[in-house]
Amino acid sequence: MRLVETGNHVAAWGARLSRVEVVSAYPITPQTQVIEEISRFIDEGEMECEYIPVESEHSAMAAMIGAAAMGVRAFSATSAHGLAYMHELLHWAAAVRLPMVMVNVNRALGPGWNIWCDHQDTMAARDTGWIQLYCADHQEILDTVIQAYRISEDPRVILPVMVCYDAFVMSHTYMQVDIPEQEAVDRFLPPFRSLWKLDLEYPFTHGSVIYPDDYEEVRFSMQQAMDNARRVIAEAAREYRDVVGGYHGELVDAYRMEDAEYALLAMGTVASECRVAVDELRESGYPCGLVRIRSYRPFPVAELRELLAPLRVALVIDRAVSFGLEGPLFSEVKAAVYGNGGPSIHGMVTGLGGRDVPYDLIVDNAVAAFKGKLLPGSHWPAVRLNDHHRLVKRSLEEYWKKEGVR
Amino acid sequence: MRLRDFPAEELFLQGSAACQGCPGSAALRVAFKALGRNTVLCVIASCTSVLQSPYPVSALNLPTLNMAFATGGAVGSGMTAAAERLVARGEFEEKPTILVWAGDGGTYDIGIQALSGAAERNADFIYVCYNNEAYSNTGTQRSGATPYAAWTTNTTKGKEEWRKDVAQIMVAHGIPYVATASLAYPTDMFRKFAKAREIRGTRYIEIQAPCPPGWKFPSSHTVKIARLAVQTGMWMLYEHENGRTTYTAGTQRIIQGQAKLLPVEEYLQAQGRFRHLFHPERDEERIAAIQKRISDVFETLQFTHKMKEHLMDIEISPRL
Repeated sequence: MRLVETGNHVAAWGARLSRVEVVSAYPITPQTQVIEEISRFIDEGEMECEYIPVESEHSAMAAMIGAAAMGVRAFSATSAHGLAYMHELLHWAAAVRLPMVMVNVNRALGPGWNIWCDHQDTMAARDTGWIQLYCADHQEILDTVIQAYRISEDPRVILPVMVCYDAFVMSHTYMQVDIPEQEAVDRFLPPFRSLWKLDLEYPFTHGSVIYPDDYEEVRFSMQQAMDNARRVIAEAAREYRDVVGGYHGELVDAYRMEDAEYALLAMGTVASECRVAVDELRESGYPCGLVRIRSYRPFPVAELRELLAPLRVALVIDRAVSFGLEGPLFSEVKAAVYGNGGPSIHGMVTGLGGRDVPYDLIVDNAVAAFKGKLLPGSHWPAVRLNDHHRLVKRSLEEYWKKEGVR
Repeated sequence: MRLRDFPAEELFLQGSAACQGCPGSAALRVAFKALGRNTVLCVIASCTSVLQSPYPVSALNLPTLNMAFATGGAVGSGMTAAAERLVARGEFEEKPTILVWAGDGGTYDIGIQALSGAAERNADFIYVCYNNEAYSNTGTQRSGATPYAAWTTNTTKGKEEWRKDVAQIMVAHGIPYVATASLAYPTDMFRKFAKAREIRGTRYIEIQAPCPPGWKFPSSHTVKIARLAVQTGMWMLYEHENGRTTYTAGTQRIIQGQAKLLPVEEYLQAQGRFRHLFHPERDEERIAAIQKRISDVFETLQFTHKMKEHLMDIEISPRL
């Protein structure tokens, strides 16, 4: 079946085809359509699922943990402040080793209030033990949600998975999507499995006090699970292509990298914009390719070392910033290839709070980077003082004068 | 139901890490006996997180998930939703009882939002607040449940505010069952748990839990203090269902005139946390304020009771 749908409705289809049985969610722009569509599916008898309209995101994640601990497939959707609000329980879900999937519509955090896209929300959830997969088109949202359950419930992994896609650019735009047959999805995704559940016949106690003698081993097991997830993510992508159809790359999605001497690196829809930039750069005589990072956690270290080794220059585009350092993706790409020779690597931070990232901005900065004209460190090419900033500054200057602030 | 009729099976095992005289472990024991094996437990951050014993052993002989502080109502909602699905799929013949066990900090303060949300949705589980009237697990700091004038480590001259009443807040949510219980009245507590087990929807049971180190009394006096709390009216025993409150056990006896309301001083003087009300000199003002609050409540209740009895007499009178 072929539909023209919003990214959010497509995510709901992913949950429906995955036969999710408990959904707990709290509304936040721009995620609301996901849960609206799921509750419609349930009301119309198209999904056999309990929907819990919780009173906060903290509770959304707590209810998911409760449901998954009982041995049921759970789903939620959130964004920005919602993800930040449930942060404590992101750690809990991963460390108690339960499989589950949540979509996060990447949105900027306030203040000031900003509902548009950047990646700061999920970057801040980086170290919670969740697998993070980033999508670049609507079909990929659908396919990745289904793959995410397969990855999350694989006995080699058993970690929660966050499927991320960009606010409005993807959540609210319509694209054509192929909805696979339920039988095909069922062949790919077996019924829910986990390494443990709350079993009346085996009354184990989970998550109790754990002393320094034992704690580190549990965290090490999570690191091993992340390492295993690299193989499992790649296997899931390939098997999905064979059984269901649809392929969007594995840990990374490479474009025109075969003969590349230069590369752009990005995640989400900026990576889609980068495809246009790559074609443009190729026409201008730069043999450039694109590496779109699909899996941010686990980070594609081996893939990046291989792909970047023969290059001269690479430019990493971050839609987030680690304040006091630089774009987090920029840092991590450098760390991944450290000691492996390879290109000089530049980074730029742009597209925060939904600011447009046009391909010509990417081309201009790529050319500067390729010519060695970008300064090292954090580069913010789109920052400027506009009329609004000047207006506020003038008012503030009066206040500063009154208060004696120099 | 007498004590000797309680089921013999112990679902709270020996060798827990509880303090001597711990009311929490005693309450768990009675609750588990009343609810039985077909129960799934969620323990919210509290003394019970510790007293169950650390990894890799456990005194809890029920499938148990420990959860973060503010999650009680929500995790109960998730568990019961999953259990519904498992019943629908035929994995459970009978839906297990979902039991969420939290302290007063996790209920009155950080957890009240999730509890209120779950109650408004009438999620099908039993929520227990064992109320030791302070953050005992972190060394006795004040909570919303700490009574007026009580010492804690951050109310060193006695708490200035009156405690709030979450059981009444739960009554206001219109859930099917709200009850309070006391360690000194274990058969009353057992009966309330057994009754709650048979009701569907959100059920709230609050147990007053006198804490020897936090309240500063000898560990052999836990039950004695719990009984004094009821006898002096500092803790009231009741259950609320179908829009009607019924007072039970010791509280009922006082209201019906079968027992006297003891002066609150007897309760206050038995605990170190109220010592500053008596030493170096009596703080008449604060003692009187506490007594007045209790006396006002009981006068009203006793009056209402008498009026009801009187009205019933009138009703059955053949002359009318």
